[in-house]
Amino acid sequence: MTSSGNAPGGFSFDNVIRNSMLQQKGYAPPTARKTGTTIAGVVFSGGVVLGADTRATSGPTVFEKNCQKIHYIADSIMCCGAGTAADTDATTQLISSQLALHSLATRRAPRVATALNMLKQMLFRYQGHISAALVLGGVDFHGPHLYTVYPHGSTDRLPYVTMGSGSLAAMAVFESKYKEDMTADEAKQLVYEGISAGIFNDLGSGGNVDLCIITKEGKELIRGYAKENERKYRRPAGYIFPHGATPVIAGSEQFKGPEKGFSVVAEVAPAQDTMDVSA
Amino acid sequence: MSVLRPNASVMGLPYTAPGNAPRGFTLGEHVDPEDPLEVGNSSNPHGKPRAIGPMGRRFQPYKNNGGTVVAVSGKDYSVIASDTRLGSGYSVPSRNVSRIIKLTDKCVLASSGMQSDIAVLHKVLRIRLTQYQYAHHQEMSLTAISQMLSTMLYYRRFQPYYTFNVLGGIDAEGHGWSYSYDAIGSHEKVRAVCSGTGQNLLQPILDNQVEFRQTAPEKKPEELSLEPCVELVKDAFTSAGERDIYTGDIVELAKVTAKGVEIEKFELRSD
Amino acid sequence: MSILEYNGGCVIAMAGKDCVAIASDHRLGVQLTTVAMDATRIFPMHDKLYLGLTGLMTDITTLDQLFRFRLEMYEMRENRKIKPKTFSNLVSSTLYGKRFGPYFSEPVIAGLDKDNKPFLCSMDLLGCIAEADDFAVAGTCAESLLGTCETFYRPNLEPEDLFETVSQSLLAALDRDCISGWGAVVHIITKDGVTTRELDGRMD
Repeated sequence: MTSSGNAPGGFSFDNVIRNSMLQQKGYAPPTARKTGTTIAGVVFSGGVVLGADTRATSGPTVFEKNCQKIHYIADSIMCCGAGTAADTDATTQLISSQLALHSLATRRAPRVATALNMLKQMLFRYQGHISAALVLGGVDFHGPHLYTVYPHGSTDRLPYVTMGSGSLAAMAVFESKYKEDMTADEAKQLVYEGISAGIFNDLGSGGNVDLCIITKEGKELIRGYAKENERKYRRPAGYIFPHGATPVIAGSEQFKGPEKGFSVVAEVAPAQDTMDVSA
Repeated sequence: MSVLRPNASVMGLPYTAPGNAPRGFTLGEHVDPEDPLEVGNSSNPHGKPRAIGPMGRRFQPYKNNGGTVVAVSGKDYSVIASDTRLGSGYSVPSRNVSRIIKLTDKCVLASSGMQSDIAVLHKVLRIRLTQYQYAHHQEMSLTAISQMLSTMLYYRRFQPYYTFNVLGGIDAEGHGWSYSYDAIGSHEKVRAVCSGTGQNLLQPILDNQVEFRQTAPEKKPEELSLEPCVELVKDAFTSAGERDIYTGDIVELAKVTAKGVEIEKFELRSD
Repeated sequence: MSILEYNGGCVIAMAGKDCVAIASDHRLGVQLTTVAMDATRIFPMHDKLYLGLTGLMTDITTLDQLFRFRLEMYEMRENRKIKPKTFSNLVSSTLYGKRFGPYFSEPVIAGLDKDNKPFLCSMDLLGCIAEADDFAVAGTCAESLLGTCETFYRPNLEPEDLFETVSQSLLAALDRDCISGWGAVVHIITKDGVTTRELDGRMD
């Protein structure tokens, strides 16, 4: 089996020569789905609040109205992603899994700085070709942490951060309203206002506000903290297509019953003792 | 002249000019083909300035400010609608710019495209209609306006108004009609049409629900009357607002009947 | 012109009440020239799981073969059918594995899970999953399909109503796309089996 079948790991470059040939013949490279995005985070006394909008676009068209841009890294570490949607998804999944293995190997709860290093080392290795711009936040042994990671692998550590196409709108709110040692509620309100500014003033961002509050007690992910962009009108009569409205080629209808054999069954995880990974 | 090529970030390969050895990134070369804000991006459809050298920028007279316009006509009415969002790249310079103009008591025009050209076109049309009124002591008919607009657009064949127009109204016999135009005056008389950034989203809905083009002949419903038609336009516009980032905020909807023109407004999402 | 539009074609999937529909057109073209009107871009993975692939036909064929192979390996190893969710992750990781030299294909997956609840998702060519509970579209007239689905879709449609809604949404979009069309096929997947119908649409 070559790498097209069971690649042992890493990327496969099988199609690269063909694709660059097609490009040279004048077929424009297709565009991947992007998240024109507003993501942000704020540190408060005792934790961090992360926020994100929920729009995924392809050019000027909205392809997903309620996607989740706050990704899981570990139980008390989350990561917001902006840029090419596939890259932010895959990168956070990969680092999450590596961090879990690292945590098991070292028998310690994962630290935010560890996740940060894994992310920046990976992104630097790919020289910006993996276009993921991230806001990483979490609470560990050392307390709350908040970082931004740029696609080329550079990072910042700041008390309040924004990323994505709506970052300027959100940062304008943060710059005028951030103060030190906020309460959790104040921080939630600030992040909500920042993301909201991005949603309404940046066309690449839209939909709902998602928030994630992480403290040393645990984390709370709130999907749809604010839903201010619900559909405003539906035609009262609806659209009822009577049976037979669509012309069907006579005699083309076929019915295929279920095949004999095994069926989709529930996966039951075997009982396990949970390993102690606390610090 | 060296023209910047968008970097194939999806392919992960630096652009290789035919016969050249592969090169790495340079600062001016890292252009994102998808980003509508990107300057010097020759492949993007939003009419952005084109690069003419590593730093040079030629003046680009045209840009698209987005927006969607619709005209649907029935036996004795016409419904013309347009949203009022003015977009530019990823920003919203205005949420309340009218793209719709009442030309006579029986005719309304809606235009999308570049806002400055729309403003000038509407102004010139207004002047021509006033002159006609003074010369002939009567309002211009729908058919005459439809032809005049075409002539006005074609007159600027080689430096066009960057506008996409739909015209709706009722003719001398009292029948409703819609007209759709391209930027240089080619036009067609139809039942239902739309133009602008939401065109692809909206047009199939109108085809399906105004003319029932995909319904078997024996199952075709009756022709739409005014109120169901207004509801359809509102619903279709709301759908376009859900999926097109350049359509939103407010819709102005003009109902043209024998009684005259009545304009109502309704809201779309504003994100 | 994008290479994703070289052969034309589109796929749409829509969820109903304990049923799911997946439909596509039949055209295979070389840019604006139509070369076949019996092309298949929807592939049954098992009784309750269908995969639709849009984009470059050579990659559609390759991916279909690759996924069938992976699926049979899975079924032999695990002695059970794959869950739609698991399959979507398989497709996603396969596509993302070729991040820097992608297959030019955007998949749509439609199926019923073990409780016969609909599962729908679409992906871009890099494997970014967009799970949906209403409808999923891909292909050269994706925008038009989004417009019709956004307007015509209602939740909890029965299989026969779902067939009409998905067919009308598809045909309306196809008629405004010159590189898709030439007939269409609709599969309605229910817990009892799959009903397949060929639509009598415009052939131009």
